Amino acid sequence: MSAAEEAERARTTRNAWALVTPALIVLMAAAIGPLVLVLIYSFLTPGDYGNVVWSFSLEGWQKVVVERDIFDETLHLAQAHLTIFWRSVSLSLVTTLLSFFAGFPTAWFIATRPASQRAFWLFLITLPFWTNLLIRTFAINQIIRNEGLLNTILLKLGIISAPLQMTYTEGALLIGMVYVYLPLMVLPLYAALERFDRRLLEAAYDLYASRWQVLLRVVLPIARPGIVAGSILVFVPCLGAYVTPRILGGGKLMMIGNFIELQFGQGRNWPLGAALSIVLLVIVMAALLIYVRAINGEKRGV
Amino acid sequence: MAKHIISARNLVKAFGTGEFAVRALDTVSLDIRPGEFFTLLGPSGCGKTTLLRLFAGFEMPSAGTILLDGEDVTVLPPNRRPINTVFQSYALFPHLTVAENVGFALKMQGKPRAEIEATVARMLALVRLEAMAGRKITQLSGGQQQRVALARALAPHPKVLLLDEPLSALDLKLRKEMQVELKRLQNETGITFIFVTHDQEEALTMSDRIAVMSAGKLQQVGTPKEIYTHPINRFVAAFIGETNFIEAVGETGGARLKTGDLIPVEGVLHGPVTVAIRPEQLRLVPPETEGAIAATVRDLVYFGTGTHCHMALADGTALTARLQSPASGEIGLALGESVGVLPTPGAAQLLRE
Ligand SMILES: Nc1ncnc2c1ncn2[C@@H]1O[C@H](COP(=O)(O)OP(=O)(O)OP(=O)(O)O)[C@@H](O)[C@H]1O
Ligand SMILES: [Mg+2]
Repeated sequence: MSAAEEAERARTTRNAWALVTPALIVLMAAAIGPLVLVLIYSFLTPGDYGNVVWSFSLEGWQKVVVERDIFDETLHLAQAHLTIFWRSVSLSLVTTLLSFFAGFPTAWFIATRPASQRAFWLFLITLPFWTNLLIRTFAINQIIRNEGLLNTILLKLGIISAPLQMTYTEGALLIGMVYVYLPLMVLPLYAALERFDRRLLEAAYDLYASRWQVLLRVVLPIARPGIVAGSILVFVPCLGAYVTPRILGGGKLMMIGNFIELQFGQGRNWPLGAALSIVLLVIVMAALLIYVRAINGEKRGV
Repeated sequence: MAKHIISARNLVKAFGTGEFAVRALDTVSLDIRPGEFFTLLGPSGCGKTTLLRLFAGFEMPSAGTILLDGEDVTVLPPNRRPINTVFQSYALFPHLTVAENVGFALKMQGKPRAEIEATVARMLALVRLEAMAGRKITQLSGGQQQRVALARALAPHPKVLLLDEPLSALDLKLRKEMQVELKRLQNETGITFIFVTHDQEEALTMSDRIAVMSAGKLQQVGTPKEIYTHPINRFVAAFIGETNFIEAVGETGGARLKTGDLIPVEGVLHGPVTVAIRPEQLRLVPPETEGAIAATVRDLVYFGTGTHCHMALADGTALTARLQSPASGEIGLALGESVGVLPTPGAAQLLRE
């Protein structure tokens, strides 16, 4: 390498560093810093009125999965905590599935509109983002509560004779979360399907594939990156959902997000809250890892 | 096996309605024989693709029927017709390997795995891509993708293979190679090929029979020789190769030109006619030769194996003769020179407009 090339490269490197420094500082201060703090807090002792006492303790972590009996001091599995974990994960998975089944036809519909109309349909999909999440969730509550729109209509039509109890059920949580996160599924699916070469449909159909086989063997595999991205975009925020379970679950049906909030609020157990936050983070990381695997699996073959 | 592998009976296909209606196909009837290399030839927009899409089942005819091996398949969907297509864009599956692409149809038909593997290997050998079996489509050149598309369509051994301008994306050299390759594949598999092109030379060199189309209608169906030597109308004569058209009046013994010269033609056609004659069927002779038509040389265009001599008759009618390059020396013509033109006996063709 000549001296000129060397100097050129050194300058490029220097410039690159100079350019990323502000972003790095923000990242360090806003992401890594608090994370380290959370990690440290999870190993401290809870203070009497919240906050922490600076003495090392594993109690926080222990309490994630086990409980100490108040009478005989024996340890047993914290059933309530596990229920909350299980509810969070299962509701998130079901939400992801439902969003996919509702989102795929929607995305297909938009992707097959004439190019001039697609922007309009996409705009409609993103419309809910224009309103505050809290208000939208209360609106859902209004629709599904006993005297709400849905029950009134069903009663008037004579389909049911007594109002269905929908609020404060897991069903209500599902409705709320699918409603909130559906656009996050539709958008990446749309991006994948819009690129999809529809001549392949005819090719597959010509080569004796039935309509189902065309979907399963051609459309879905090619749209896989979009499916994976959409699923992650729905699954991850679902896991940490706070507002939706809070309003539609009425405080009874907690998810991890609410449970963590509880520890920092009334529960006055910051180390447990910190430990729970990290558990949540680990689950999310695991999900992302699967995502990266799936994408790489795609790339390796290409 | 029926006498005809595939037949079109009065096929009509209209797109759009009202004043925007287009008759992409207008009462087309056609019989294609088993094992034939049949070419649809015509200018852009004449309905070639539309006819293929009707055969494949991607499109339903507005009227008429399609018979496959004697059976009415007009309303069968594409996946239930033993007809496969090689698409102009190839339309290979990007998420599958070469071998998986080739085996796709067999897999969809639920063939056992061993059979699929054997057929795929045979097909890849046929198109000389054995070494590429495990590759992704994106790792292939255009010519290789073309071969995969062929192998994929041939693998289920269809009764008819439809090819919609499969060579148009290839450069000239590769195109020539693939023309030879296609003929070889057709011979080896014995499958009926219906080939679409708007390249008349390609059509003439490859086909057993050609259908010339224009504006949704069949103009003429015949062997390349029939079509070249006996075009039935001015469109076919002009579309296939180069032709001189001379206005004339038919009389017993031939056609009388406006200049008063008589071109002898077999068969009698009275009244106004057009004489069609190929440039290579005109010989230049000294002006005083018996039976020669007087002309003046206007332009000489050299094109390697010969020279096109553009001339004007006494009444101004343009005429082109094709002269072979002599083994040595010049062709010995100058601009403005007076020459005699002598048509090869029997080569002129009378067309009624
Ligand atoms: N889906 C369609 N909707 C409306 N008009 C159509 C449609 N498909 C074809 N056409 C019209 O039908 C006519 C024949 O089209 P076709 O594609 O069969 O031509 P082609 O002979 O294959 O031409 P090319 O050589 O350019 O491929 C054209 O005028 C075309 O505009
Ligand atoms: Mg076409």
